[in-house]
Amino acid sequence: MQAAAAASAAPPVQTSLGTPTASAIIFFFLIVAVTLYITYWAAKRTRSTKEFYAAGRSISALQNGLALAGDYMSAASFLGIAGLVALKGYDGMIYATGWLVGWPALMFLIAEPLRNLGKYTFADVVAFRLRQTPVRIASAIGGILTVLLYTIAQMVGAGALIKLMFGIPYEAAELIVGAVMLMYVLFGGMIATTWVQIVKAVLLLFGVTLLTILVLAKFGFSPAGLYAAVSSKIGQTALEPGGLITSPLDAVSLGLALMLGLLGLPHILMRFYTVPDAKAARKSVLYATGLIGYFYIIVPIVGFGASVLVGRDVITNIDKGGNMAAPLLAETLGGTPFLGFIAAVAFATILAVVAGLTLAGASALSHDIYLNVVKHGQATEQEQVRVAKMSTVVFGILAILLGILFKGQNVAFMVGLAFAVACSANFPALLMSIVWKRFTTAGAVWSILVGAFLSVFLIIISPTIWVDILHKEHALFPLKNPAIVSMTAAFLVGIVVSLLGREPTAEAKFEDEKLRTYLAIGAE
Amino acid sequence: MKSTSEMLASQEFRDLVRRKWTVSIVLTILLFILYYGFILLIAVNKPFLAQKIGEFTTLGIPLGVAVIVLAWVLTAAYVVWANGAPDAAVKSLRDQVK
Repeated sequence: MQAAAAASAAPPVQTSLGTPTASAIIFFFLIVAVTLYITYWAAKRTRSTKEFYAAGRSISALQNGLALAGDYMSAASFLGIAGLVALKGYDGMIYATGWLVGWPALMFLIAEPLRNLGKYTFADVVAFRLRQTPVRIASAIGGILTVLLYTIAQMVGAGALIKLMFGIPYEAAELIVGAVMLMYVLFGGMIATTWVQIVKAVLLLFGVTLLTILVLAKFGFSPAGLYAAVSSKIGQTALEPGGLITSPLDAVSLGLALMLGLLGLPHILMRFYTVPDAKAARKSVLYATGLIGYFYIIVPIVGFGASVLVGRDVITNIDKGGNMAAPLLAETLGGTPFLGFIAAVAFATILAVVAGLTLAGASALSHDIYLNVVKHGQATEQEQVRVAKMSTVVFGILAILLGILFKGQNVAFMVGLAFAVACSANFPALLMSIVWKRFTTAGAVWSILVGAFLSVFLIIISPTIWVDILHKEHALFPLKNPAIVSMTAAFLVGIVVSLLGREPTAEAKFEDEKLRTYLAIGAE
Repeated sequence: MKSTSEMLASQEFRDLVRRKWTVSIVLTILLFILYYGFILLIAVNKPFLAQKIGEFTTLGIPLGVAVIVLAWVLTAAYVVWANGAPDAAVKSLRDQVK
């Protein structure tokens, strides 16, 4: 009896997680070798700015769909949702739905006008008929802030993850991720970044599908059998909604950020310029939505499988947040080689997502700020490519430094913050510039700045930081995610400021812009 | 052949733009009802989702999957619609301008 109690208190963890096994190293080097070969191949095709930022607009709808899905299926969502479902049951599934529903909204409201109006960045669209300098600067602030927050979350997650899986020191992990992804972006530009993303998306979908099949095989290929095991081992509550959503207002605010934040993520929006036209953009969203939807439907099965086959104690023993649920399940079901494969895929996922973010950050610096503000749109092709590459290095080094600086910090809130800033700063200005004739330069600038700073300020005084991180007694702002307030404020400020003054040139250009928005006449 | 201003003023072009936004807005509203309906249902009526539909399976599980599938169906509906009449109209209007 006593022995049994002791055993359940400290379950024997027999895992090769954290030690660099041969299979993990082989898969890791295989992935790096393949992606570097892609980069070498892409480098020969990356000379002009159109090739560097937009892959020469040569990516097909299916390829772009895979790349979009790859950008969105980050290690955080794969490992994070599997872990949440493993530890919290049904509540993890609620996250999965929230991550998906932005895609249809992106399609209905933004995708086609964005493709037709823009060139390389979403700021191209916002600034299309407004005064370039102020709008470009404001858009770059919103864009870079979003990308930086997202990058910090990815880099800190990457370091911790790689340390956990391969036993490499945190700082070394940051350097490896930074150096490898810099090679992709610097030499291969958007072509390499897209193909790396495609390779990784296929590997990730394959790996998770295999995990799902192996889990279901244990239960006679019946999800009901799996749920029966969950119910008997963990308890029926794991299959019921728990404490994640209690206040409707909080839930709707988080939902708004997840849904509409997607419509303001610069690295996602940038991908629409890699396809030849609006029709391809439209089809690529359908592919991406299908792939991501499939992914989020099967990931909870992996999570439930891990809670039954690995056990919650074992998972939390390795990592309190549950992030290692999927790798541990892979080891249980397929031994060390499968663990190695999943670990290497998670690593590739981080590399690819950080590469996409770096390209988006670099394009805001070089295309929006340097070319359109400093040089007033006048620079030779050669100079533009050179500055784009310099910006890439700057952004890449920044990513590594921030990753090291934020070591050990709880950065889970940063992804939420990135989505809040994206939906408050970038999305309202983007939408209003597409649909509203009276939108003015001042309206755009104020909307972006209010959205950006209000969302950051509100999240600092919200329970997420004020209570959980600064350990104050009461939050000054009640909602965990400020989107419902900050996004509404950004829209209102944009509308009110625009109505206060008129901008005849912008209104005149709006009419001409319509031919480009809806008929793609003059689109690049 | 039409000039830019003639095209912008033409009934066909205005219809195209109006129809695009009507469909977009209707689909966006359906999406909001679908997703926020699900979220608010969780917030206000957990027992409803916790009820069993099989031996152990709760209603919440297929509903969560249904939200994802229906969101994709809405996306597909838009693509099927846009690939039809609107694409043809865009093509014919483009030819009239150039």
